[in-house]
Amino acid sequence: MNQSTNQPMKRTPLIIGHKSLKEITDDICAPVERFPSKGWMALFVGAKTLFLFYILTIAMVVSTGMGLLGTNHPVAWGTMIITFVFWVGIGHAGTLISAILFLFRQKWRTSVARSAEAMTVFAVMTAGIFPLIHTGRPWLDFWLFPYPNQRGPLWVNFRSPLLWDVFAVSTYATVSTVFWFVGMIPDLATLKDRAKNKIRRTIYGALSLGWKGTAKNWSHYEMVYLILAGLSTPLVLSVHTIVSFDFAVSNLPGWHTTIFPPYFVAGAIFSGFAMVITLMTLIRIGWPKFKDYITIDHMEVMNKIIMMTGLMVGYAYGTEFLIAWYSGNIYEQYVFFVSRAFGPYAWSYWIMIFCNVVVPQIFWFRKFRRSIPVMFVVSIFVNIGMWFERFVITVTSLHRDFLPSNWGQYAWSMYDTAILFGSFGMFFTIFLLYLRVFPAISIAEIKPVRNVGQDNEGGH
Amino acid sequence: MAKVKAIGGMAGIFLEEHKVVAAARKVREHGFTKFDAISPYPIHGMEEACGIKRSGIPYVTFAAGIFGLLAALALVYYTSVVSWPINIGGKPMFSLPAFIPIMFELTVLFAALCSVAAMFVLCKMPKIDPPVIDKDLTCHKFAIFIPENDVGYDTERIEKMLKEFGAIEVKKVAEY
Repeated sequence: MNQSTNQPMKRTPLIIGHKSLKEITDDICAPVERFPSKGWMALFVGAKTLFLFYILTIAMVVSTGMGLLGTNHPVAWGTMIITFVFWVGIGHAGTLISAILFLFRQKWRTSVARSAEAMTVFAVMTAGIFPLIHTGRPWLDFWLFPYPNQRGPLWVNFRSPLLWDVFAVSTYATVSTVFWFVGMIPDLATLKDRAKNKIRRTIYGALSLGWKGTAKNWSHYEMVYLILAGLSTPLVLSVHTIVSFDFAVSNLPGWHTTIFPPYFVAGAIFSGFAMVITLMTLIRIGWPKFKDYITIDHMEVMNKIIMMTGLMVGYAYGTEFLIAWYSGNIYEQYVFFVSRAFGPYAWSYWIMIFCNVVVPQIFWFRKFRRSIPVMFVVSIFVNIGMWFERFVITVTSLHRDFLPSNWGQYAWSMYDTAILFGSFGMFFTIFLLYLRVFPAISIAEIKPVRNVGQDNEGGH
Repeated sequence: MAKVKAIGGMAGIFLEEHKVVAAARKVREHGFTKFDAISPYPIHGMEEACGIKRSGIPYVTFAAGIFGLLAALALVYYTSVVSWPINIGGKPMFSLPAFIPIMFELTVLFAALCSVAAMFVLCKMPKIDPPVIDKDLTCHKFAIFIPENDVGYDTERIEKMLKEFGAIEVKKVAEY
């Protein structure tokens, strides 16, 4: 980051205001230690109500059956799969920020890493529910795992991308939760030592696992953190790659493409950063103190990443057309040149193009990259666009395949809508609770970077 | 399990990062070997000042990763080739490329979980209600702790030495 106008080569401070170590601890612990604000309560009541509605919807879908949703022949993959891919994609930005940017020594990541990673964990939790319900009989979902059973020598099919997905998503959920929690251990010890009453001290004491912060402990801790970052980096790339295999390994025109893995990963990072911007904007409004840590420079850097990954996604859209033309395959050409862009679902295609390719171009201008209202609106557009991207891929490919007698529409029902919106209730309920229970910025990680960009205090 | 005897000692509290690093270096030069520095965040250069060797956790990671890889290979081989061989898309029974994703995921899973477990063992965690020298050591203060079983342990000498290195307070700790 290097934004100061008079000295172009000078770094801008990562933390505004010359904070002492004590002030940093106090600022970051404050939201966890005081009574919730009215704004938080209002958001929480809204999110929780939506969450309860979501549980009710799921109960109805599970008890009545999948027929409540619009999935049917030929569009047998619908909201469940679309929204699963959407939420898993959101999760990718957290690991990118916490692991990949850590390996690249990007110090600005420190301010947003904790919350972005929490977002990852909660987004993957939200996502995980969808395939489980999509199976139609969720009470038999343990069949997804290979275990010795009494149904004869009957094992899962290890050659199926759907099974790879089970392993990829469950490993990703486990490792990112562990990474997130390990990163929090020193901060939980801080909260324990600051606790004013016994219950609080006991709970945070148990969560901090007896962390003492000796030099020997820090030495092992930093090593584990580096290793987890190194392991999470290929892991995060593998997850959306494998999600894309669910589509790419099939023979359906529109799915059967080798560009899918990088295209999905770029899209995942794109949507994930948009969600980080949405959440950080809200955190900055809710807790004005955090503006000193999550500065406008941090937001601008993330907006640059949104613009870049948006361009990559746009490039992938173009490449699909080129390859469809170049393949000489009439089915491929039909899907892209007739059905997708001008067919019955053309509206969804053009919503996707508008939200993902056109809207982020506003970030070419520095003024808009640094404007909170603009970036908030753009981040919402990107999230809508990325949901529609998965809709386009799933539905438009399925509704027109090789045989015209096999064509049909997706019978979107009100339960599809309910389950889509309800999932946001689940995500925001958990995220709002997280903000009140855990420090939303890593205290132990932010302290070593407090002098960055402040020459006279030993920074660089 | 026999109860480990609690070890007490002397602790000096510092307010500034560079002072505690310098003090750690000097304490080590004075011949102490079992002392430890306590800080609210990892300090650059502290490991070198305290003479701490590089953490051995990467070896655990490597071994666990190899184990995970082989365990995954054994799992897919037994289930798909031995126990329930079934023709899927005309692929050979031992279709290695199709097994790579599972092997990769289990490698990462084992390596990550075992690394964290190794850290817990090496840091003697989880520990119920660990002794606290000063509540601000997880906030803005630093400390150097010298256990009573260290070479040349002498209360008065240590108190004088730590004060000289810039400690604002030196106290006797019953257990740490």
